[in-house]
Amino acid sequence: MKAMTAKEVTKKVINNEELFILDVRNETDFNDWKIEGRNFEYLNVPYFDLLDGVEPILDKIPADKELLVVCAKEGSSVMVAEMLEEAGRDASYLTGGMKSWSEYLEPVKVGDLKDGGEMYQFVRIGKGCLSYMVISNGEAAIVDATRMTDVFTDFAAEKNAEIKHVFDTHLHADHISGGRKIAEKTGASYWLPPKDAEEVTFEYNRLEDGNEVMIGSTKISIQAIYSPGHTIGSTSFVVDDQYLLSGDILFIDSIGRPDLAGKAGDWAGDLRETLYKRYKDLSGELVVMPAHFMIIEELNEDGSVSEKLGTLFANNHGLNIEDEGEFRKLVSENLPPQPNAYQEIRETNMGKISPDEEKQREMEIGPNRCAVR
Amino acid sequence: MEALKTNFTVDAKGLACPMPIVRTKKAINDLNPGEVLEVLATDKGSKADIQAWSKSSGHQYLGTIEEGDVLKHYIRKASANEERDAANFETVASNEELQTEMDSNSDIVILDVREPAEFAFGHIPNAVSIPFGELEERIGELNKDKKTYVVCRTGSRSDMASQTLAKKGFTNVINVIPGMSEWSGPTAKKVN
Repeated sequence: MKAMTAKEVTKKVINNEELFILDVRNETDFNDWKIEGRNFEYLNVPYFDLLDGVEPILDKIPADKELLVVCAKEGSSVMVAEMLEEAGRDASYLTGGMKSWSEYLEPVKVGDLKDGGEMYQFVRIGKGCLSYMVISNGEAAIVDATRMTDVFTDFAAEKNAEIKHVFDTHLHADHISGGRKIAEKTGASYWLPPKDAEEVTFEYNRLEDGNEVMIGSTKISIQAIYSPGHTIGSTSFVVDDQYLLSGDILFIDSIGRPDLAGKAGDWAGDLRETLYKRYKDLSGELVVMPAHFMIIEELNEDGSVSEKLGTLFANNHGLNIEDEGEFRKLVSENLPPQPNAYQEIRETNMGKISPDEEKQREMEIGPNRCAVR
Repeated sequence: MEALKTNFTVDAKGLACPMPIVRTKKAINDLNPGEVLEVLATDKGSKADIQAWSKSSGHQYLGTIEEGDVLKHYIRKASANEERDAANFETVASNEELQTEMDSNSDIVILDVREPAEFAFGHIPNAVSIPFGELEERIGELNKDKKTYVVCRTGSRSDMASQTLAKKGFTNVINVIPGMSEWSGPTAKKVN
């Protein structure tokens, strides 16, 4: 019996490899959220239905495919993988279970900057969150960091870059931001849009339209664009006149949902204004880099998530709804379920509550659900 | 809150999945049908899993009480004859008939003969709780002349209870069929 790490599974996702996943969590959890891969096959049988043996399911597991057993935290998958080995099958279990799947970040280089700097995207493959690091001349800025802050600080250290600025495009509702913690740890400035920060309990720099920050000694500009809609404070960035970090406003195959702070009706108009006017005025050559992906089809070949703004205006359904009433309907009716624990997550990001790490993990379980398609 | 009376307790505190369910399954095998098991666990995932496991294995998940970090789950072991049509006792009423009676006549007794843990997680307001197993010894708590509706989950235990009451000289006993499994009227809880 072998252990397979989230990193190894991520490689399989990106390389479109085949894998047979026996997910032994209960049906509700499986239907809510699972490991997604273009060429993955699944069988969901809860571990508690296998306590008397795996014989009844052996014929449903192909013998010629690599087999991975997955559960919530690891324990049950080890038990079931052992039983499968005893029955003569090769089986791996997922190290750390779905908990580690939710937390794994894959760094992918997504582009060069004009002065020789680099742009990295951190793909949180299990949950669909995307963070960014801009590195130039020994300095780094981070956008929408997740709470696994070591990944970012270690990465910057490896690149010999000092983290100077940490941004959140908006107050997140689906995951706990690591921005403040990174800033505290490194002495970097932490920026948050003031309109999203009215209730926060900590000091921050006011991120406002027109703010411009330099990274490194040459001119790498990070230009803030006020772009309300997902939240009232939502802000996008144009980096190096090349990349549009669109936060939760615009995704590759969907657009942001305006209801997670309880104001779908009020913010639908803002969302439309941002997408159909402000973004429309930007260069179509900008490469959009959102804060999330929802489906595995949004991944590029190298595992990154990005597309030219012009292409999105041509292909993204959410950017092509002429009728305002119809748009309003799309973003305020029949919305997907809200992210797990989203109110508690918002309060954590405001500094109002400080759950321990175990509790934070639990709050973040599941997909991000920040979009409407 | 007073402790719920159960037949056995499994202490799975501090144990990670799959152990709470492994222990639960083992313990329930040793119980008699109809008896109630209490499972103490700290694994948060145990709540959804115990519910799903109970459903797939045919046992009756009663509910969970959270006390600090400890989850207290209650499960009643399945009993094979319970779903059988219970028509031995002749005077019966449907759930709806009982509800109509409750709305118009305040001078009735509703006797709930399910286990204390079943009662705790949802019962008809003002119902009297005497588990079937304790009925004979506690029969003195009831008034023989009152109109008494007997309920349980499916009408089976209440059928036997109705027979016991009749034998002991109760004159106005009605068995409610099916009972709490399909009760849509008001309910009260003894637990949070």
